[in-house]
Formats: sequence, structure tokens, C-alpha cells
Amino acid sequence: MNFWLELIIKLVAILGFVLTGALVVIYAELKAGSHMQGRIGPYYAGVRWGWAQPLADGLKFLQKEDLSPTGADRTIYGLAPYVVMMSTIAVFVVIPFGPDMVGRDLDLGIYFILAISSLSVLGILMAGWSSANKYSLMGGLRAAAQLIAYELPLVLAAAAVVVQAGTMSMNGIVLAQSETWFTVAGIDVAMPFLLKGQIISFIIFMIAVVAELSRIPFDMPIAESELTMGYLTEYSGIRFTMFFLGEYASMIAFSAIAATLFLGGYAAPGVPDGLANLVGPGVMLLKIALLVFVIIWIRWTWPRLREDQLQRLAWFWLIPIALANIAVVAIFKVVF
Amino acid sequence: MTDLAMIHRSESAVSIELQTPDMTLNIGPQHPSTHGVLRLIAKVAGERVTDVEPVIGYMHRGYEKLSEVRTYAQITTLVNRIDWVAGFASEVPFIIGVEKLMGVEAPPRAQYIRMILTELARMASHLVFMSSYPLELGATTPLMYALREREYILELIEEVTGGRFHPNFNRVGGVKPVYGGGSMTKKWSLDLPEGFLQRARDAMDRMEQICDDIDTLVSDNELIKMRTVGIGVIPRDKALEYGLTGPNLRASGVAYDLRKVENLLPYDEIDFDIAVRQGGDCYDRYVLRIEEVRQSSRIVRQAVDQIPSGPLQTKVPRVLKAPRGQVYSRGENPKGEFGYHIVSEGARMPYRLKIRSTSFSNLSILPWILQDALIPDLVAIMGSLDFVLGDVDR
Amino acid sequence: MSDKQIRFPFRGLWEGMWLTLKTMLKPAPVTMYPQVQEEPVPRARGVIALDVEACTVCMLCARECPDWCIYIEGHKEEQPPSKPGGRPRVRATLDRFDIDYSLCMYCGICVEVCPFDALFWTPEYEYSEPKITNLLHNMDKLTYWLGTVPDQPPLEKS
Ligand code: SF4
Ligand code: SF4
Repeated sequence: MNFWLELIIKLVAILGFVLTGALVVIYAELKAGSHMQGRIGPYYAGVRWGWAQPLADGLKFLQKEDLSPTGADRTIYGLAPYVVMMSTIAVFVVIPFGPDMVGRDLDLGIYFILAISSLSVLGILMAGWSSANKYSLMGGLRAAAQLIAYELPLVLAAAAVVVQAGTMSMNGIVLAQSETWFTVAGIDVAMPFLLKGQIISFIIFMIAVVAELSRIPFDMPIAESELTMGYLTEYSGIRFTMFFLGEYASMIAFSAIAATLFLGGYAAPGVPDGLANLVGPGVMLLKIALLVFVIIWIRWTWPRLREDQLQRLAWFWLIPIALANIAVVAIFKVVF
Repeated sequence: MTDLAMIHRSESAVSIELQTPDMTLNIGPQHPSTHGVLRLIAKVAGERVTDVEPVIGYMHRGYEKLSEVRTYAQITTLVNRIDWVAGFASEVPFIIGVEKLMGVEAPPRAQYIRMILTELARMASHLVFMSSYPLELGATTPLMYALREREYILELIEEVTGGRFHPNFNRVGGVKPVYGGGSMTKKWSLDLPEGFLQRARDAMDRMEQICDDIDTLVSDNELIKMRTVGIGVIPRDKALEYGLTGPNLRASGVAYDLRKVENLLPYDEIDFDIAVRQGGDCYDRYVLRIEEVRQSSRIVRQAVDQIPSGPLQTKVPRVLKAPRGQVYSRGENPKGEFGYHIVSEGARMPYRLKIRSTSFSNLSILPWILQDALIPDLVAIMGSLDFVLGDVDR
Repeated sequence: MSDKQIRFPFRGLWEGMWLTLKTMLKPAPVTMYPQVQEEPVPRARGVIALDVEACTVCMLCARECPDWCIYIEGHKEEQPPSKPGGRPRVRATLDRFDIDYSLCMYCGICVEVCPFDALFWTPEYEYSEPKITNLLHNMDKLTYWLGTVPDQPPLEKS
């Protein structure tokens, strides 16, 4: 196929998936959150169940005035949301939704993801710094400290999987999980890494993901009862929408990564190879939905931590445990 | 923090460039965590607050001055707007003060109705606290649960008084006995409506249930404990020094409750405990209020069972004139001691009314307790003191 | 409150999540307002109704209102004598009776002091207005509310 044509198709597919996915997740959060609180949530937008609420919200944000404070550094202020959004979208390039349904199967897939996703720190720091607002600045600093602290457990937890799988390619990791692990009564049993002894990495990975997403219980950067809205305080209109969409898109992105690394990605038991491209996306979406729901569920139940407690959790607990975990995984890998 | 004199001479040359002055952060008057319009001028070094100066008065409505040109009946309307989350509870000390001045006493049934409604108001106020405090710590769900249950309480209050927040149900010499003053409306008694006692019992079941739910969701939550245990400790002597009252004082280990001390309402006929906790930190202040809701529901259950029958109001003159004199009457508002100093010159209106509002006095500890707190702790501590800005500014 | 007991680590976190999950699966206790109207209690102080016939323009309500938001004007009217040959009666008639609901504190003092049963509370609550001046209800509007005055509810037997 023509290279450019393929590129455009892939781009449109990824963009479309990210945007609709983000809207769906926003809707899920509104709805699940309100039912957890004994409310109904969106009801009137659209004809039933308020399904069009995220769209309507988006339209509302778009027509709002795009304010920027007098003291703001206009260029950086304007650029920041796009940096955040870009880093999120770029992650999707290497996430496989089927054996062939992947933007580009890089050999260093997981490495690329971890590198690209940490770019969003830059955007957040830009937003915090350029807003000329003390709350924004503090939010930006908190975000920087937090994201950097949790980048490490994230990488280390992923590294344990890489060690076990023996490859950094996302597709390779999925294949490693669909390999036969043992055979019982003539049935070949394949297990995702979660069940192959990676439970500790999974928990660490998920904690780090929630922290990377700055969601409760780690939402100090935007803690609205402390810093009004943190680095988002001054944003409005389309730029705020960008941040907002970016947050939910990266929720999907990280859930997709976790699903690929620990839950077997697009592979499902009993799916013949020929159908993997067809069924794969559905399986993958289900797994993503499950993880996204857990993240939403946590957000509507728990309070937030304090900045120093968060740092202590990362440096004193998660990182040492993750390191020990890598060592154990490596020993098992070599011995067996 | 940045006291230049403290730095060694040789260092100062280098670090004078690096020395950053403390940042002044204006928290409020419009800020999500200040419950209205409180402004804190905080000096922060990074996340640490080095100095904080509360600025109040954004909501000053001049109730003391307004009261000087209003009759006693009209003032009852005003005083339940001071601490609006517990309107009825702030009416009672005022009206009892006026009764003391005039030398009348409410009949027992009226006193019991007052007591039931006061306890309902206390529960409503504490439920607001139970909902808003976790919100400051980032948990959004307890808000909905507690407010959902508060609705049942407000409904009970509305059923009897006609108002959810501002009952205006107290009259000198009892509670409002009849609908109006005309020949027809005078026959319409405002006694408890049918089925009220049973509905009150049912609502108390719900209260106990929501206390358990909030315990599960909040009090037992390890993250909440991490955020509140040992934070904002007010030692016993400091609490007494700053004149804290109410739950804030009792959480510091002082078993002082005006319901037991003053004999405004027939609390002595009811069996209940004063909730006390020893720690004096945010967690204790929080849990203590949940315990108080349980005690209040005990009070309501007993009061509902043993409410006497009888008239709602004693005979009072049509035109109320308090004789010359003054009185200080105080009661246990949900937030602490709520007092009125009424000076009468013998007219239909008080000569002077001084309101000792609870939140204002409780707020005085803020600069001391917020010293060297982290910003997240500042929010946690401020919330745990449970003040209402209308009560602070009056 | 079992903060003294030894607990399974992080049990509080999971119990909380279990509670929110249970709540999510239960139907939400919500009244869908515009379609389903909530029935206010009969004593609810929603809006004041005026019986023009009964009012004698005595001004008591306007005087006792704590923020003086009742505006009354009236004039005396000669009426034919009740029995032929008697003296002509003088009857006070309302020209204006406005209550400014943007100022009203819903205290009920006016209803209470009216000696001629001219004012009543009704639990109606749907009269919000986009413009604050429209909250000044005039005589017609106040009379309209008269139809919504509920009967007195039965009382608790004591
Ligand atoms: S309810 Fe109170 S404030 Fe409203 S008009 Fe009547 S007396 Fe005035
Ligand atoms: S108190 Fe009653 S009779 Fe007198 S003016 Fe007011 S409404 Fe009319």
C-alpha cells in the first residue's frame, strides 16, 4: 500500500479512536460516578440516559472565551495543552489491538511508550509556569515532582514484564502471553502475565498509572480544595478541553498499556488465530474498560493523599519493591 | 524562614541571589475550601505555610445593629440566619434569654419540641460537616450520602415548622402555637402533625445507618487516617486558652457541654453521654461529630417517647415588652457555645444585642494552629474546625 | 469505630469501595423534578396568598414585617348602609398590595399578625423568575395563590 495513504488511514483511525474513546470514558465517569453517589447524572442530553452529555460539554467549552491572563507567557501558555495531548496520542501508535492492528510495531515499543508519555510532564510544567498564577505554579511544581517520582515505579514495573517476556515490542509481549504455559488434560493453557506471577508489578503499575494520571488519590496537582484547579486554574475554552480530553485519553492509553502488559492484550482464550484480528479489538476494549472502571471507581471512593505522603510512598515503598520484584523475576527467568 | 541575619556571612554573598522571599498566597475570599468568603493571607515557603492572617468580614450583615430596630418577634427571624445550617439551634438561646428577661417559662411540651428540633438541627449541621470535610480531603462521595440523609432531617423540621432552614418557630413563652391571628386561623393549631413521632423514629434509624456508612467510607479509610491523625493537634490547654467550645473543645479531652451545664431545655430528663475524645487532632474532631450524631439520635428517640402533652405557649401579653435589665443566655449550638447578651430598656426592641457566635470564637485559633502547616494540612485543619462564615461575620 | 482493633491492612479502603459499588447498583433515590413534582408538606412556607375581601387595610402586616417588604395602599369607600335608613358604612378598600419576594424572609410574621384572616401560607414553590423585579407579586397574583391554600393537616394525638 502507498506509504502516505497508510499513514493517513492510521492517523485518522488513531485520532478517531482517541477522541471517541475519551468521550466515552468521560460519559462513563459521569454516569458511574453519579450512580456511586446515589445520583442519576446526565439525563437529558441526547434522548436517553444523557449519552450526549460529553459532546454537549465539549461544545460548551469550545464556545467559551479562550482567556489568557495578562502576565501569562502567551506562546508557552498556548502550546502547553497541545504538548500534553500530543504525548498522549503518540502512545497509541504502538498499542496493538490485533496481530496486525497496530499503528507501528516498534521493537522498542514499551520503551517508546514510557519515553513519550513522560513528555506530558513538560506540558504540565509549561502550563503551570506560564499561567502567571501562584496556584498554577504550585500545581505545576507538584505535578512535576509527582510525575517524575512515579515514572520510576512505572518503568520498573514494566521492566519486570519485559524481563519475563524477553522482548520490548508490544506485540511480542502479547504473543509471549498467548504462548502455551502448561498443558492440562490435553488443553494448552496460556496465561496473562498477571497470573504468571506479575501481580506485584501489576499493582505497582496501576498505582503508578493513577499517579501519572493525577487522579484521586493522587490528584494533588489539581487538588481543587487546595489549589483551586492547580495548573488548570487559568485555562478555559478550547485549551481546557484539550487538557480535559487529554486526561481521559491518557486514561485509556495507560489502561491499554496495562492491559497489554499484564492482561494479555488482544489475546483471549479460545480464539483461533484467524479471527484474532477481528475479535482482538473487542477483547482489548473489554480489558481497557475493566481497568478504566477500576480507576473511576477508586476516584469516587477515596480521598487524596498529601504531597509528602505521595513521595514517601513512591520512594520508600514502590521503588524498592519494584526493584526487588525485578530481581526475583530475573532469577526465575534464568533458573527455569 | 528567610531571615537573612540567620545566614552565615560567607554564605550570604552567594545565596542572596538564591534566597527566595516567601510567596504570599491569598487563599480566598473565593476559594473552594474556605466555606464561603474567608480570606487567608498566607506566607508560604514552598508548601509550608509560615504565617497566616485570616481576614474576615466579607459577609458582615450587621445583625447586632439590625436587631436594635426590630421587635423581639422579628429578631427571631434574624438569628436563625446567623448559623444557617442549624437555624433552629441558634433561635433557642435567644428566645430563652427574652423569656428570662420577661420572667415567663415555656410549657413542657414546647420545651420538648424545642429540644427535638434543636437535636435535629444539630444532626443536620453535623451531616453537613460529615459531607464537606471529606470533600476537602478529596473524597467526593460522602458529600452525597450525608446530604441525602440530611434531607430526611430537614423534612422533619419542615413538617413541624414550615421552614427547612429558617424555622422561625420559637415564640416568647413557647413555640408558635397557631397558624395566624385571625378568628379562623387561630383555631389551626401548629402542634406536631400526625405521624411525626413515628417518622422521627424512622429518620433516626436512617441516621444511625448513615453514621455507619460514613464510618465505613471515611472514618475507617486508611487514607483519611493518614491525612488527619496527628494533624492540627490542639492540646487541652490551648483549646481552653483560645476559648474553643463545642466539638472542637471536646475533641481535646474537655467534657464540657452546655446541654449538661445550662438548663435551657429539659436535657436532664434525657439519658445521653457527652462525646469526648482525647487526641485533639483533625481525626478526633471528625469522629467526635459522628459520635454526637449518634447521641443526638438517642436524645430524639427518648424525647419522642416521653414528650408530655399540654399547651404550646404560656400566656404572654400581646405586645411584648421586656422589662429593663440584661441577660446573657447561651446554649449548645452544634458548633459550640452560642450566646446572646440582651440589654433591654423596657421597649419592644432590645437596646443592644451582642451575639457571641461560635464560629467566630473558634476561628480565633486559626493563626496559631496553621503555623507551619502544609497547604494540604491547612485545608484539612480549617475544615475540621467546622465554621460557617455567616456565623463568623454575623 | 474500631480504630483500636487490629485490622486487616487497607480493609477500610476495600470496604469503602464495596459500599460505593453497592450504591451504584441500587436505584438512585432521585425525584425527576419537572416530570415528577415533589409534594411539599402542608405547612411549608412557599408563598403567601391574599384574601382581598378579608383585608381591612389595617397595615399591621406591613408594619410587623421584619424587612418591610409589603407595600399597601388603600382608600376609604362609602358603602350603602346595611339596612335601609341606617348610616352609610365606610369600608377600606385595597388599591395596592404588593409583596416583594426578593426581600421576603419567609418568616411568617405577616400571616401571624393579620387579625382578619386575610393572609395564608401555601406550599407552592414554582414562581422563580428570570428578572428580580418580577418577584414583586401584586394583588392579582397574591389572590391567585389563594386557591392553593391547603387544608390543615391532622395533628399528632397527644
Ligand atoms: S413572610 Fe415575613 S418577610 Fe415575608 S412578607 Fe411576611 S412578614 Fe415580611
Ligand atoms: S394585616 Fe391583614 S388585614 Fe391588615 S393590612 Fe395586612 S393583610 Fe390586610
